Amino acid sequence: MKMKISTKDLDFYYGDVQALRNISLDIKEGQITALIGPSGCGKSTFLRVLNRMNDTVPKTRCRGQVLLDGKDINYNGTDCVELRKRVGMVFQQPNPFPKSIFENVAYGPKILGMRNKEQLREIVQKSLRAVALWDEVKDNLDKSGLALSGGQQQRLCIARVLAVEPEVLLMDEPCSALDPIATLKIEDLMQELKEEYTIVIVTHNMQQAARVSQWTCFFLMGELVEYGPTSRIFTNPEDQRTKDYISGRFG
Amino acid sequence: MMGICGVSLPLFIVIYVIAQGLPAINWDFFTSEPAGGLSGDGGISSVIITTLWLVGATLVVTVPLGIGAAIYLAEYARDTWRTEIVRRGVELLAGIPSIVFGLFGLAIFVQVFDLGLSIISGSLTLACLLLPFMIRSTEEAMRSVPRSHREASLALGATRWQMVRSVVLPSALPGIITGIILCAGGAVAESACLYVVMGGSAEMPGTPLDGGRSLAVHIFYLINETNALDKAMATGAVLMVFVLVLNIATRFLSWQYRARVGGKK
Repeated sequence: MKMKISTKDLDFYYGDVQALRNISLDIKEGQITALIGPSGCGKSTFLRVLNRMNDTVPKTRCRGQVLLDGKDINYNGTDCVELRKRVGMVFQQPNPFPKSIFENVAYGPKILGMRNKEQLREIVQKSLRAVALWDEVKDNLDKSGLALSGGQQQRLCIARVLAVEPEVLLMDEPCSALDPIATLKIEDLMQELKEEYTIVIVTHNMQQAARVSQWTCFFLMGELVEYGPTSRIFTNPEDQRTKDYISGRFG
Repeated sequence: MMGICGVSLPLFIVIYVIAQGLPAINWDFFTSEPAGGLSGDGGISSVIITTLWLVGATLVVTVPLGIGAAIYLAEYARDTWRTEIVRRGVELLAGIPSIVFGLFGLAIFVQVFDLGLSIISGSLTLACLLLPFMIRSTEEAMRSVPRSHREASLALGATRWQMVRSVVLPSALPGIITGIILCAGGAVAESACLYVVMGGSAEMPGTPLDGGRSLAVHIFYLINETNALDKAMATGAVLMVFVLVLNIATRFLSWQYRARVGGKK
Protein backbone atom coordinates (compact mmCIF):
# COMPACT_ATOMS: atom_id res chain seq x y z
CA MET A 1 0.00 0.00 0.00
CA LYS A 2 1.36 3.39 -0.96
CA MET A 3 2.39 5.86 1.70
CA LYS A 4 0.92 9.29 1.16
CA ILE A 5 2.59 11.03 4.06
CA SER A 6 5.50 9.87 6.18
CA THR A 7 6.92 11.72 9.12
CA LYS A 8 10.36 10.95 10.42
CA ASP A 9 11.64 11.89 13.89
CA LEU A 10 9.29 14.80 14.20
CA ASP A 11 9.73 17.13 17.18
CA PHE A 12 7.53 20.12 17.78
CA TYR A 13 7.82 22.96 20.27
CA TYR A 14 5.54 25.74 21.45
CA GLY A 15 8.16 28.07 22.82
CA ASP A 16 10.04 25.89 25.29
CA VAL A 17 7.30 23.31 25.63
CA GLN A 18 7.79 20.21 23.58
CA ALA A 19 4.45 19.12 22.13
CA LEU A 20 5.59 16.27 19.88
CA ARG A 21 8.43 13.85 20.55
CA ASN A 22 10.08 11.92 17.84
CA ILE A 23 7.00 11.02 15.83
CA SER A 24 7.62 8.64 12.93
CA LEU A 25 4.46 7.61 11.21
CA ASP A 26 3.27 6.51 7.77
CA ILE A 27 -0.14 7.54 6.49
CA LYS A 28 -1.48 5.31 3.78
CA GLU A 29 -3.05 6.57 0.60
CA GLY A 30 -6.79 6.22 0.10
CA GLN A 31 -7.43 5.24 3.71
CA ILE A 32 -8.76 6.92 6.78
CA THR A 33 -6.28 7.29 9.60
CA ALA A 34 -7.59 8.32 13.00
CA LEU A 35 -5.48 10.12 15.60
CA ILE A 36 -6.78 9.53 19.11
CA GLY A 37 -5.58 10.46 22.57
CA PRO A 38 -6.50 12.66 25.52
CA SER A 39 -6.57 16.45 25.33
CA GLY A 40 -3.17 18.02 24.96
CA CYS A 41 -1.55 14.84 23.69
CA GLY A 42 -0.36 16.50 20.50
CA LYS A 43 -2.70 14.95 17.98
CA SER A 44 -4.04 18.26 16.69
CA THR A 45 -0.57 19.71 16.64
CA PHE A 46 0.57 16.76 14.58
CA LEU A 47 -2.31 17.22 12.16
CA ARG A 48 -1.45 20.87 11.71
CA VAL A 49 2.15 20.03 10.98
CA LEU A 50 0.99 18.17 7.89
CA ASN A 51 -0.21 21.31 6.14
CA ARG A 52 2.12 23.68 7.97
CA MET A 53 -0.81 25.38 9.65
CA ASN A 54 1.31 25.85 12.76
CA ASP A 55 3.34 28.39 10.81
CA THR A 56 0.64 30.89 11.71
CA VAL A 57 1.23 30.33 15.42
CA PRO A 58 4.08 32.49 16.73
CA LYS A 59 7.07 30.99 18.53
CA THR A 60 6.71 27.44 17.30
CA ARG A 61 9.48 25.21 16.02
CA CYS A 62 9.31 21.95 14.16
CA ARG A 63 12.18 19.55 13.55
CA GLY A 64 12.23 16.40 11.50
CA GLN A 65 10.92 15.33 8.13
CA VAL A 66 7.42 15.35 6.74
CA LEU A 67 7.36 13.56 3.42
CA LEU A 68 4.41 14.13 1.12
CA ASP A 69 4.71 11.67 -1.75
CA GLY A 70 8.34 11.27 -0.74
CA LYS A 71 9.18 14.99 -0.80
CA ASP A 72 10.00 16.81 2.42
CA ILE A 73 7.68 19.72 3.09
CA ASN A 74 9.05 20.63 6.49
CA TYR A 75 11.73 23.13 5.57
CA ASN A 76 11.70 26.89 5.25
CA GLY A 77 11.56 27.06 1.48
CA THR A 78 8.36 25.03 1.19
CA ASP A 79 5.67 26.73 -0.84
CA CYS A 80 2.95 26.57 1.81
CA VAL A 81 0.35 27.94 -0.55
CA GLU A 82 1.00 25.09 -2.96
CA LEU A 83 1.13 22.58 -0.10
CA ARG A 84 -2.22 23.66 1.30
CA LYS A 85 -3.86 23.22 -2.07
CA ARG A 86 -2.82 19.59 -1.93
CA VAL A 87 -3.49 19.07 1.76
CA GLY A 88 -6.85 20.53 2.72
CA MET A 89 -8.15 21.01 6.23
CA VAL A 90 -11.52 20.88 7.99
CA PHE A 91 -11.61 22.52 11.39
CA GLN A 92 -13.23 21.71 14.69
CA GLN A 93 -15.70 24.57 14.67
CA PRO A 94 -17.56 24.94 11.39
CA ASN A 95 -16.06 28.15 10.05
CA PRO A 96 -17.84 29.26 6.90
CA PHE A 97 -16.91 32.74 5.76
CA PRO A 98 -19.56 35.41 6.26
CA LYS A 99 -20.34 35.13 2.57
CA SER A 100 -22.97 33.39 0.51
CA ILE A 101 -23.01 29.61 0.19
CA PHE A 102 -21.85 29.93 -3.40
CA GLU A 103 -19.02 32.29 -2.51
CA ASN A 104 -17.88 30.00 0.27
CA VAL A 105 -17.42 27.06 -2.04
CA ALA A 106 -16.07 29.15 -4.91
CA TYR A 107 -13.54 30.80 -2.61
CA GLY A 108 -10.71 28.33 -3.16
CA PRO A 109 -11.00 28.11 -6.95
CA LYS A 110 -11.29 31.90 -7.12
CA ILE A 111 -8.12 32.62 -5.19
CA LEU A 112 -6.40 30.11 -7.45
CA GLY A 113 -7.38 32.36 -10.32
CA MET A 114 -10.52 30.80 -11.75
CA ARG A 115 -12.80 33.49 -13.17
CA ASN A 116 -15.02 31.55 -15.55
CA LYS A 117 -18.54 31.78 -14.10
CA GLU A 118 -19.76 28.61 -15.79
CA GLN A 119 -16.80 26.59 -14.49
CA LEU A 120 -17.22 28.01 -11.00
CA ARG A 121 -20.89 27.07 -10.98
CA GLU A 122 -19.98 23.54 -12.01
CA ILE A 123 -17.39 23.19 -9.29
CA VAL A 124 -19.73 24.56 -6.66
CA GLN A 125 -22.45 22.15 -7.69
CA LYS A 126 -20.09 19.19 -7.81
CA SER A 127 -18.58 19.97 -4.42
CA LEU A 128 -21.96 20.51 -2.77
CA ARG A 129 -23.21 17.26 -4.26
CA ALA A 130 -20.15 15.46 -2.94
CA VAL A 131 -21.08 16.47 0.60
CA ALA A 132 -24.79 15.77 0.03
CA LEU A 133 -25.68 19.39 0.63
CA TRP A 134 -26.75 20.29 -2.90
CA ASP A 135 -30.39 19.30 -2.60
CA GLU A 136 -30.73 21.21 0.66
CA VAL A 137 -29.27 24.48 -0.57
CA LYS A 138 -29.55 24.55 -4.36
CA ASP A 139 -32.32 27.15 -4.28
CA ASN A 140 -30.53 29.30 -1.72
CA LEU A 141 -26.99 29.56 -3.00
CA ASP A 142 -27.07 33.30 -2.37
CA LYS A 143 -27.97 32.85 1.27
CA SER A 144 -25.29 33.45 3.86
CA GLY A 145 -23.30 30.37 4.84
CA LEU A 146 -23.83 31.39 8.44
CA ALA A 147 -27.59 30.87 8.09
CA LEU A 148 -27.13 27.10 7.79
CA SER A 149 -27.34 24.69 10.71
CA GLY A 150 -24.12 23.52 12.36
CA GLY A 151 -24.05 20.22 10.51
CA GLN A 152 -24.79 21.91 7.21
CA GLN A 153 -22.10 24.47 7.91
CA GLN A 154 -19.55 21.75 8.48
CA ARG A 155 -20.52 20.01 5.25
CA LEU A 156 -20.27 23.37 3.53
CA CYS A 157 -16.74 23.69 4.89
CA ILE A 158 -15.89 20.24 3.58
CA ALA A 159 -17.33 21.19 0.19
CA ARG A 160 -15.21 24.31 0.28
CA VAL A 161 -12.10 22.18 0.73
CA LEU A 162 -13.13 19.68 -1.94
CA ALA A 163 -13.54 22.53 -4.42
CA VAL A 164 -9.77 22.98 -4.60
CA GLU A 165 -9.38 19.23 -5.25
CA PRO A 166 -6.82 18.37 -2.60
CA GLU A 167 -5.16 14.98 -2.32
CA VAL A 168 -5.25 14.78 1.44
CA LEU A 169 -8.04 15.82 3.78
CA LEU A 170 -7.09 16.71 7.35
CA MET A 171 -10.03 16.79 9.74
CA ASP A 172 -9.54 18.27 13.18
CA GLU A 173 -12.39 16.91 15.33
CA PRO A 174 -14.87 17.75 12.59
CA CYS A 175 -17.89 16.48 14.49
CA SER A 176 -17.22 17.69 18.01
CA ALA A 177 -19.56 20.66 17.58
CA LEU A 178 -22.30 18.64 15.86
CA ASP A 179 -25.31 16.64 17.01
CA PRO A 180 -25.41 12.84 16.48
CA ILE A 181 -27.41 12.94 13.25
CA ALA A 182 -25.14 15.53 11.66
CA THR A 183 -22.17 13.50 12.91
CA LEU A 184 -23.51 10.40 11.21
CA LYS A 185 -23.84 12.29 7.94
CA ILE A 186 -20.24 13.46 8.10
CA GLU A 187 -19.06 9.93 8.88
CA ASP A 188 -20.97 8.50 5.92
CA LEU A 189 -19.48 11.22 3.81
CA MET A 190 -15.98 10.28 4.91
CA GLN A 191 -16.50 6.73 3.74
CA GLU A 192 -17.38 7.98 0.28
CA LEU A 193 -14.55 10.47 0.20
CA LYS A 194 -11.87 7.97 1.11
CA GLU A 195 -12.13 6.51 -2.40
CA GLU A 196 -10.58 9.67 -3.74
CA TYR A 197 -8.81 11.25 -0.81
CA THR A 198 -6.41 10.26 1.88
CA ILE A 199 -8.08 11.28 5.13
CA VAL A 200 -6.51 11.95 8.50
CA ILE A 201 -8.96 12.63 11.29
CA VAL A 202 -8.34 13.78 14.83
CA THR A 203 -11.11 12.68 17.12
CA HIS A 204 -11.91 12.67 20.79
CA ASN A 205 -14.56 10.11 20.22
CA MET A 206 -13.20 6.57 20.25
CA GLN A 207 -16.37 5.07 18.81
CA GLN A 208 -15.98 7.42 15.92
CA ALA A 209 -12.39 6.35 15.33
CA ALA A 210 -13.50 2.72 15.46
CA ARG A 211 -16.38 3.34 13.07
CA VAL A 212 -14.69 5.37 10.37
CA SER A 213 -10.99 4.60 10.25
CA GLN A 214 -8.85 1.80 8.92
CA TRP A 215 -5.79 2.88 10.86
CA THR A 216 -5.52 4.31 14.34
CA CYS A 217 -2.68 6.15 16.07
CA PHE A 218 -2.75 6.62 19.80
CA PHE A 219 -0.94 9.71 21.05
CA LEU A 220 -0.06 10.38 24.67
CA MET A 221 1.87 13.36 26.00
CA GLY A 222 3.43 14.15 22.67
CA GLU A 223 4.46 10.60 21.90
CA LEU A 224 3.08 8.12 19.45
CA VAL A 225 2.30 5.19 21.70
CA GLU A 226 0.79 2.78 19.24
CA TYR A 227 -0.12 2.64 15.60
CA GLY A 228 -1.88 -0.11 13.74
CA PRO A 229 -5.03 -1.28 11.99
CA THR A 230 -8.05 0.11 13.78
CA SER A 231 -9.57 -3.33 14.32
CA ARG A 232 -6.49 -4.53 16.13
CA ILE A 233 -5.93 -1.35 18.19
CA PHE A 234 -9.43 -1.55 19.55
CA THR A 235 -9.55 -5.30 20.15
CA ASN A 236 -6.04 -6.21 20.96
CA PRO A 237 -3.81 -3.27 21.83
CA GLU A 238 -0.18 -4.09 22.49
CA ASP A 239 0.63 -1.27 24.84
CA GLN A 240 -0.86 -1.15 28.32
CA ARG A 241 -1.44 2.61 28.01
CA THR A 242 -3.48 2.12 24.85
CA LYS A 243 -5.48 -0.55 26.58
CA ASP A 244 -6.17 1.77 29.51
CA TYR A 245 -7.19 4.60 27.25
CA ILE A 246 -9.57 2.73 24.99
CA SER A 247 -11.17 1.00 27.93
CA GLY A 248 -11.88 4.46 29.34
CA ARG A 249 -9.56 4.29 32.30
CA PHE A 250 -8.30 7.83 31.63
CA GLY A 251 -8.71 10.61 29.09
CA MET B 1 -29.66 61.29 41.19
CA MET B 2 -26.19 61.47 39.66
CA GLY B 3 -27.42 59.15 36.97
CA ILE B 4 -30.31 61.38 36.06
CA CYS B 5 -27.98 64.38 35.92
CA GLY B 6 -25.53 62.45 33.77
CA VAL B 7 -28.22 61.48 31.31
CA SER B 8 -30.07 64.76 31.22
CA LEU B 9 -27.09 67.11 31.01
CA PRO B 10 -26.04 66.24 27.44
CA LEU B 11 -29.69 66.27 26.42
CA PHE B 12 -30.10 69.68 28.01
CA ILE B 13 -27.08 71.04 26.11
CA VAL B 14 -28.44 69.81 22.80
CA ILE B 15 -31.90 71.21 23.43
CA TYR B 16 -30.53 74.49 24.73
CA VAL B 17 -28.27 75.09 21.72
CA ILE B 18 -31.00 74.21 19.26
CA ALA B 19 -33.55 76.35 21.07
CA GLN B 20 -31.20 79.30 21.17
CA GLY B 21 -30.13 78.86 17.57
CA LEU B 22 -33.48 78.11 16.01
CA PRO B 23 -34.71 81.72 15.70
CA ALA B 24 -31.67 82.58 13.57
CA ILE B 25 -32.14 79.64 11.22
CA ASN B 26 -33.99 80.36 8.03
CA TRP B 27 -33.47 79.89 4.32
CA ASP B 28 -31.18 82.90 4.06
CA PHE B 29 -28.99 81.53 6.80
CA PHE B 30 -28.10 78.57 4.58
CA THR B 31 -27.79 80.43 1.31
CA SER B 32 -25.81 83.54 2.18
CA GLU B 33 -22.17 83.97 3.07
CA PRO B 34 -21.14 85.41 6.40
CA ALA B 35 -20.42 89.12 6.22
CA GLY B 36 -17.10 88.52 7.90
CA GLY B 37 -15.10 91.00 9.91
CA LEU B 38 -16.72 92.38 13.00
CA SER B 39 -20.23 92.03 11.61
CA GLY B 40 -22.25 89.06 12.61
CA ASP B 41 -24.54 89.36 9.63
CA GLY B 42 -25.07 86.82 6.91
CA GLY B 43 -25.42 83.06 6.91
CA ILE B 44 -23.14 80.08 6.65
CA SER B 45 -23.30 78.94 3.01
CA SER B 46 -19.56 79.24 2.40
CA VAL B 47 -18.88 77.71 5.78
CA ILE B 48 -20.91 74.61 4.96
CA ILE B 49 -19.16 74.24 1.61
CA THR B 50 -15.77 74.67 3.26
CA THR B 51 -16.68 72.05 5.84
CA LEU B 52 -17.70 69.57 3.13
CA TRP B 53 -14.47 70.20 1.19
CA LEU B 54 -12.48 69.84 4.35
CA VAL B 55 -14.08 66.57 5.45
CA GLY B 56 -13.87 65.08 1.94
CA ALA B 57 -10.22 65.95 1.45
CA THR B 58 -9.35 64.79 4.95
CA LEU B 59 -10.93 61.39 4.36
CA VAL B 60 -9.25 61.01 0.97
CA VAL B 61 -5.90 61.28 2.75
CA THR B 62 -6.69 59.60 6.06
CA VAL B 63 -8.62 56.53 4.96
CA PRO B 64 -6.13 54.89 2.56
CA LEU B 65 -3.15 55.73 4.78
CA GLY B 66 -4.93 54.58 7.91
CA ILE B 67 -6.15 51.32 6.45
CA GLY B 68 -2.76 50.63 4.88
CA ALA B 69 -0.96 51.19 8.16
CA ALA B 70 -3.52 49.10 10.03
CA ILE B 71 -3.14 46.21 7.59
CA TYR B 72 0.58 46.33 8.12
CA LEU B 73 0.32 46.47 11.91
CA ALA B 74 -2.40 43.84 12.24
CA GLU B 75 -1.32 41.33 9.61
CA TYR B 76 2.29 41.71 8.61
CA ALA B 77 4.33 43.29 11.38
CA ARG B 78 5.81 40.82 13.80
CA ASP B 79 5.66 41.68 17.46
CA THR B 80 9.12 43.11 17.89
CA TRP B 81 10.39 46.15 19.74
CA ARG B 82 10.18 48.11 16.51
CA THR B 83 6.47 47.55 15.96
CA GLU B 84 6.03 48.23 19.65
CA ILE B 85 7.61 51.65 19.11
CA VAL B 86 5.31 52.30 16.16
CA ARG B 87 2.30 51.30 18.21
CA ARG B 88 3.35 53.46 21.14
CA GLY B 89 4.00 56.31 18.71
CA VAL B 90 0.49 56.00 17.31
CA GLU B 91 -0.94 56.11 20.81
CA LEU B 92 1.22 59.06 21.76
CA LEU B 93 0.06 60.96 18.68
CA ALA B 94 -3.54 60.30 19.65
CA GLY B 95 -2.93 62.05 22.95
CA ILE B 96 -1.36 65.27 21.64
CA PRO B 97 -3.57 68.39 21.78
CA SER B 98 -4.79 69.42 18.37
CA ILE B 99 -3.31 72.91 18.57
CA VAL B 100 0.13 71.29 18.46
CA PHE B 101 -0.86 69.63 15.21
CA GLY B 102 -1.92 73.08 14.06
CA LEU B 103 1.58 74.41 14.72
CA PHE B 104 3.07 71.45 12.89
CA GLY B 105 0.71 72.00 9.96
CA LEU B 106 1.57 75.68 9.88
CA ALA B 107 5.27 74.92 9.72
CA ILE B 108 5.13 72.01 7.29
CA PHE B 109 2.09 72.24 5.04
CA VAL B 110 1.56 75.99 4.98
CA GLN B 111 5.19 77.03 4.80
CA VAL B 112 7.50 74.20 3.70
CA PHE B 113 5.06 72.72 1.19
CA ASP B 114 3.87 76.23 0.41
CA LEU B 115 0.20 75.27 0.37
CA GLY B 116 -0.74 78.51 2.07
CA LEU B 117 -3.50 79.03 4.58
CA SER B 118 -5.93 76.77 2.75
CA ILE B 119 -8.46 74.01 3.01
CA ILE B 120 -5.85 71.58 1.75
CA SER B 121 -3.46 72.56 4.56
CA GLY B 122 -6.33 72.08 6.97
CA SER B 123 -7.11 68.66 5.53
CA LEU B 124 -3.52 67.48 5.74
CA THR B 125 -3.26 68.74 9.30
CA LEU B 126 -6.48 66.99 10.21
CA ALA B 127 -5.18 63.86 8.52
CA CYS B 128 -2.17 63.89 10.85
CA LEU B 129 -4.48 64.46 13.79
CA LEU B 130 -6.95 61.73 12.88
CA LEU B 131 -4.60 59.16 11.39
CA PRO B 132 -3.76 57.49 14.72
CA PHE B 133 -7.45 57.19 15.38
CA MET B 134 -8.14 55.69 11.95
CA ILE B 135 -5.26 53.25 12.32
CA ARG B 136 -6.38 52.14 15.72
CA SER B 137 -10.02 51.60 14.90
CA THR B 138 -9.17 49.73 11.69
CA GLU B 139 -6.57 47.59 13.42
CA GLU B 140 -9.02 46.72 16.16
CA ALA B 141 -11.68 45.82 13.62
CA MET B 142 -9.21 43.58 11.78
CA ARG B 143 -8.03 41.90 14.95
CA SER B 144 -11.58 41.05 15.90
CA VAL B 145 -11.96 38.92 12.78
CA PRO B 146 -11.93 35.37 14.15
CA ARG B 147 -8.77 33.38 13.81
CA SER B 148 -10.85 30.52 12.40
CA HIS B 149 -11.70 32.58 9.30
CA ARG B 150 -8.08 33.38 8.68
CA GLU B 151 -7.05 29.77 9.10
CA ALA B 152 -9.83 28.58 6.81
CA SER B 153 -8.61 30.92 4.14
CA LEU B 154 -4.94 30.01 4.50
CA ALA B 155 -5.80 26.30 4.61
CA LEU B 156 -7.44 26.68 1.21
CA GLY B 157 -4.17 27.86 -0.25
CA ALA B 158 -4.67 31.60 0.01
CA THR B 159 -1.65 33.83 0.27
CA ARG B 160 -1.55 36.23 3.18
CA TRP B 161 -2.64 39.14 1.03
CA GLN B 162 -5.49 37.13 -0.51
CA MET B 163 -6.61 36.26 2.99
CA VAL B 164 -6.51 39.91 4.07
CA ARG B 165 -8.36 41.13 1.01
CA SER B 166 -11.02 38.49 0.70
CA VAL B 167 -11.71 37.55 4.31
CA VAL B 168 -10.30 39.99 6.85
CA LEU B 169 -11.17 43.31 5.23
CA PRO B 170 -14.77 42.38 4.35
CA SER B 171 -15.38 41.10 7.87
CA ALA B 172 -13.76 44.16 9.38
CA LEU B 173 -15.69 46.52 7.12
CA PRO B 174 -18.37 47.57 9.63
CA GLY B 175 -15.64 48.52 12.09
CA ILE B 176 -13.67 50.31 9.41
CA ILE B 177 -16.73 52.25 8.25
CA THR B 178 -17.41 53.25 11.83
CA GLY B 179 -13.84 54.47 12.06
CA ILE B 180 -14.18 56.46 8.85
CA ILE B 181 -17.37 58.15 9.92
CA LEU B 182 -16.02 58.94 13.37
CA CYS B 183 -13.02 60.48 11.61
CA ALA B 184 -15.40 62.58 9.57
CA GLY B 185 -17.08 63.58 12.81
CA GLY B 186 -13.70 64.48 14.25
CA ALA B 187 -12.95 66.64 11.23
CA VAL B 188 -16.28 68.43 11.57
CA ALA B 189 -15.78 69.04 15.26
CA GLU B 190 -12.16 70.18 15.19
CA SER B 191 -11.46 73.87 15.55
CA ALA B 192 -8.18 74.79 17.20
CA CYS B 193 -5.73 73.45 14.65
CA LEU B 194 -7.86 74.68 11.74
CA TYR B 195 -7.89 78.18 13.16
CA VAL B 196 -4.13 78.14 12.70
CA VAL B 197 -3.80 76.70 9.21
CA MET B 198 -6.92 77.66 7.22
CA GLY B 199 -6.84 81.43 7.30
CA GLY B 200 -10.45 81.80 8.32
CA SER B 201 -11.75 83.56 5.21
CA ALA B 202 -15.53 83.93 5.24
CA GLU B 203 -15.78 83.81 1.46
CA MET B 204 -16.98 80.94 -0.67
CA PRO B 205 -13.97 78.76 -1.49
CA GLY B 206 -13.38 78.20 -5.21
CA THR B 207 -10.86 75.39 -4.85
CA PRO B 208 -9.37 73.52 -1.89
CA LEU B 209 -6.35 75.81 -2.23
CA ASP B 210 -8.46 78.70 -0.98
CA GLY B 211 -8.70 79.43 2.69
CA GLY B 212 -11.91 79.15 4.64
CA ARG B 213 -13.52 78.32 7.94
CA SER B 214 -15.37 75.20 8.94
CA LEU B 215 -18.52 75.28 11.05
CA ALA B 216 -16.65 74.85 14.30
CA VAL B 217 -14.14 77.57 13.42
CA HIS B 218 -16.96 79.86 12.33
CA ILE B 219 -18.51 79.59 15.77
CA PHE B 220 -15.19 80.61 17.23
CA TYR B 221 -15.00 83.68 14.99
CA LEU B 222 -18.59 84.66 15.69
CA ILE B 223 -18.06 84.55 19.42
CA ASN B 224 -14.67 86.23 19.36
CA GLU B 225 -15.25 88.99 16.86
CA THR B 226 -18.98 89.69 16.76
CA ASN B 227 -21.96 89.96 19.03
CA ALA B 228 -24.01 87.47 17.02
CA LEU B 229 -24.45 84.87 19.71
CA ASP B 230 -27.69 83.72 18.10
CA LYS B 231 -25.84 83.00 14.83
CA ALA B 232 -23.21 81.10 16.77
CA MET B 233 -25.88 79.01 18.43
CA ALA B 234 -27.54 78.41 15.07
CA THR B 235 -24.23 77.31 13.59
CA GLY B 236 -23.74 75.06 16.57
CA ALA B 237 -27.13 73.51 15.95
CA VAL B 238 -26.24 72.86 12.31
CA LEU B 239 -22.94 71.37 13.44
CA MET B 240 -24.77 69.01 15.78
CA VAL B 241 -27.07 67.95 12.99
CA PHE B 242 -24.00 67.17 10.87
CA VAL B 243 -22.60 64.97 13.61
CA LEU B 244 -25.98 63.38 14.22
CA VAL B 245 -26.37 62.50 10.55
CA LEU B 246 -22.90 60.96 10.55
CA ASN B 247 -23.77 58.89 13.60
CA ILE B 248 -27.01 57.65 12.12
CA ALA B 249 -25.20 56.80 8.90
CA THR B 250 -22.71 54.72 10.87
CA ARG B 251 -25.39 52.76 12.59
CA PHE B 252 -27.39 52.28 9.45
CA LEU B 253 -24.43 51.06 7.39
CA SER B 254 -23.15 48.58 9.93
CA TRP B 255 -26.68 47.35 10.65
CA GLN B 256 -27.32 46.83 6.97
CA TYR B 257 -24.01 45.07 6.50
CA ARG B 258 -24.65 42.73 9.38
CA ALA B 259 -28.08 41.87 8.06
CA ARG B 260 -26.59 41.11 4.66
CA VAL B 261 -23.82 38.73 5.68
CA GLY B 262 -24.93 37.55 9.08
CA GLY B 263 -27.74 35.21 8.17
CA LYS B 264 -29.64 34.19 11.26
CA LYS B 265 -26.89 35.01 13.67
